[in-house]
Amino acid sequence: MEMLTAKAIIMAGCAIGAGLALIAGIGPGIGEGYAVGKACEAIGRQPECKSSVTSTMILGCAIAETTGIYGFVTGLLLIFLAPNLFLRKL
Amino acid sequence: MDNIEIAGAKILFYIFGVPVTETQVNSLIVLALLFGLCLFLTHDLKVRPTSKRQLAAEWIVEKVTGLVRDNMGERFLGFAPFVAAILGLSACSSLLALVAMYPPTADLNTVLGWALLVFVMITYYKIRSSGPLGYLKGFTEPIVVFTPFNILGEIATPVSMAFRHFGNVVSGTVISALVYAALASLSTVLLGWLPGVLGRIPFLQIGLPAVLSIYFDLFSSCMQAFIFAMLTMLYIANAADTEEN
Repeated sequence: MEMLTAKAIIMAGCAIGAGLALIAGIGPGIGEGYAVGKACEAIGRQPECKSSVTSTMILGCAIAETTGIYGFVTGLLLIFLAPNLFLRKL
Repeated sequence: MDNIEIAGAKILFYIFGVPVTETQVNSLIVLALLFGLCLFLTHDLKVRPTSKRQLAAEWIVEKVTGLVRDNMGERFLGFAPFVAAILGLSACSSLLALVAMYPPTADLNTVLGWALLVFVMITYYKIRSSGPLGYLKGFTEPIVVFTPFNILGEIATPVSMAFRHFGNVVSGTVISALVYAALASLSTVLLGWLPGVLGRIPFLQIGLPAVLSIYFDLFSSCMQAFIFAMLTMLYIANAADTEEN
């Protein structure tokens, strides 16, 4: 039990938090896959609209990506900035 | 892998006690580049274009006014220079990562400043179209208990615009730094037996970072600049259209 110092608990908390933060990657994966499927249907129904449908789809996907990026940035902050920040406050 | 440092912008020097960071110096470089580009493109204009330079300038103006006309309607054509400025600044600032300089958009202050500017304009148009009392009453629709959610949604607009841009650029720079560090340590393991100084040059760093950089630096920068401009246009057009209801 001597290894369970405060520093070890802080590092462990940061690592587990970073892993949990990246569960947010599920959302954009499902949502954008569904959007691409709908875009493919639209192209199949009307092949001459391909470029317009494609650019609208890419614009929509980049906006739907936002919450995934929130989780990614949180994970990065937890791994690289949080340990120093929390250890200084000990 | 223990000599990489992932931190914010470095402070370069101090002027009268005020710190000047890499962000400000690189932003000034981007401004000088864009100003030089504008001077170069509008140098010797004729009524009938005879140089490719003038055709390029006309193409840029046509594309931007076409975007503004499609998304905001005819009466907002005066916004075209503002939208072109945001597009140019955002794309040029993020593309500085291609030449191994610190991109100013990797600092949250830059992007948050632009987003706050857009937020001030949205609020101005909302107050102008429905009056100050109408603006405050708009927060209590449809039911009074929705007020905190409406206020939160209002604040979320500039915050999400800023964080989307910042998150994409920063994740690109962090992943590039990590890939470089991993390739350097892999190179010392695999090629460390070469004699003399050849054993210390990380040969494996040639090639793979360039392929990743095509997505993270080229594609992602242009995409995020375009999305920031599109969201600006759509939010302002939406805010000014509440008077027609």
